[in-house]
Amino acid sequence: MSIKIKQLENVARNLRHDTTEMLYRAGSGHWGGSLGMADIFAALFFGGIIYYPWKKNQWNRRDRFILSCGHICPIFYATLDRLGFFGDKKAILRKLGSPLQGHPSHIHIEAVETSTGPLGQGVGVAVGKALALKMQKKKQRVFCVTSDGEHEEGSTWEAISSAAKFKLDNLIFILDRNHLQIGGSTEEVANLGNLAERYRFLGWDVFQTNGHIMPEILDTFRKVKRANGRPKLVIAETTMGKGVSFVENDYRYHGRAPNEEEYKKAVTELRK
Amino acid sequence: MKNLQSEIKNLQLKMSCRQGYGDEILALAKKNKKIIVLSADLMDSLRVAEFKKKFPNKFLEMGVSEANMISVAAGLALEGFVPFTSSFAVFTPNQAVSQIRVSVAYNKANVKIVGSHAGVSIGADGATHQALEDIAIMRAIPGVTIFAPADYWQTRRAVRAAAKMNGPVYIRFGRGDIEQITNEKTPFKIGEAQILKKGKSGTIIAHGESVHRALLAVAELAKEKLDFGVVNLPTIKPLDEKTILNLARKTKRFVIAEDHQLTGGLGSAVAEFLAEKYAIPMEFVAIRDKFGESGEAEKLVKKYHIDTEDIVEAGKRVMGRKR
Repeated sequence: MSIKIKQLENVARNLRHDTTEMLYRAGSGHWGGSLGMADIFAALFFGGIIYYPWKKNQWNRRDRFILSCGHICPIFYATLDRLGFFGDKKAILRKLGSPLQGHPSHIHIEAVETSTGPLGQGVGVAVGKALALKMQKKKQRVFCVTSDGEHEEGSTWEAISSAAKFKLDNLIFILDRNHLQIGGSTEEVANLGNLAERYRFLGWDVFQTNGHIMPEILDTFRKVKRANGRPKLVIAETTMGKGVSFVENDYRYHGRAPNEEEYKKAVTELRK
Repeated sequence: MKNLQSEIKNLQLKMSCRQGYGDEILALAKKNKKIIVLSADLMDSLRVAEFKKKFPNKFLEMGVSEANMISVAAGLALEGFVPFTSSFAVFTPNQAVSQIRVSVAYNKANVKIVGSHAGVSIGADGATHQALEDIAIMRAIPGVTIFAPADYWQTRRAVRAAAKMNGPVYIRFGRGDIEQITNEKTPFKIGEAQILKKGKSGTIIAHGESVHRALLAVAELAKEKLDFGVVNLPTIKPLDEKTILNLARKTKRFVIAEDHQLTGGLGSAVAEFLAEKYAIPMEFVAIRDKFGESGEAEKLVKKYHIDTEDIVEAGKRVMGRKR
């Protein structure tokens, strides 16, 4: 295994650790989905997929990143922190005066391209940003993480349709396909059908990857071609709660934080 | 022959606010490269077909998907463009409230939302298409500037002001060709009332198409020796508190007229403000917690009691009350 892969796996482990600690301190928040996307976030931000020069004078040249399923923001905050965004300041999630709002807030953190929380909105803002970049003939791309549950919102499909209409090949959706939402499995709660087929039918290029095998994630994103007039979807098959055994695939951990006992158990597991 | 000439003159005088929007946005785009027009399949109704012709690369047809139109506009604004979304008031804001609240207002995104066909006076389309709560919705969202211009030229000025300022704006107007109150040279300042006539007995405050009815009502009241003033308030938010407080102190009685629900409209805004600063007797001419229906505009305005005679009656009623 290459050194890079090993390093990225380490980053993912650190992100899981930071997320768990952040949520434990906050006493509330979305743990399961945050853990499930740790490998993807490590690959995107530390694996050379998203161009993200956060130093002031280069910030305009960044690829845009939108977390449309805003509730898993702890993993995004942990990522920004590991990138050095917050410097030495250690803000506390969900507490008064902290920029780390319970759902990502544009007016609190510059790197949050748009405030998200209500599902089905960030995807549309991502379309708007991709359109804006095209109209200005800029070559940056827009990456947007969306959840499977978010595809129960009608406005999500409005965004998907319009992205293909405007031929936004600079737009990449990453679908966190963990098959779980707050009330149970996505198949029981709703009727999503075959998401890959639905996207293809509307004019998107669709890629699929296991969301936890680092070489496969990197390979998949390398295959995502650029200028072909079609928006791209990467479906990441993930396990909610990945990395902490008792959280994995248990939808009850969608919307809650670890208590002291759970926190200690989780941290022990993550240190192994 | 003479009759025909005056008829033609009258026809020329009547113009729609939506035409004002279409004409002004076209004029603005010639100078301001950042302006983008989005439409949710209502290009002709909003009078932006000409804009599409002249600026095909600045025009985005979003289809019948208002929620997405607003989110996309937010994305464009956050990247530096000045997007104007074009639809009916019943669709924007009503069908995209969460998008307006979070993606536009909470983000402080520089989006301009144009809602046409507001009020019961759109007539034939019926209750589903008569926005009567749009101002209430938008007033309750922090940081949104709200314009409700009274005629063609004021709409042009409002659109111009919206393009110039930074921040979310909602521009609301009706559908029809209406009498002109202002002209090309009438000043327009954000948050500033336009005093059309001063009066001693009391003041009638109105926005949109009700301004014309307020002027007619004042003439009627004058016959009864009542000297009412008329104020056109094209900016609903921020409220011109200074002028309102001055007039409250001077004239002691208000009648507030609008083609909108009483709940959350201009009347509500003025009452909230004066209740804290200087309470005076007020009468409201507005829709009283009802849906509209199909019909001719004039008949609906009468049936839902927002007509000239309702303003006159309200004027008389308020005279019988004391501070």
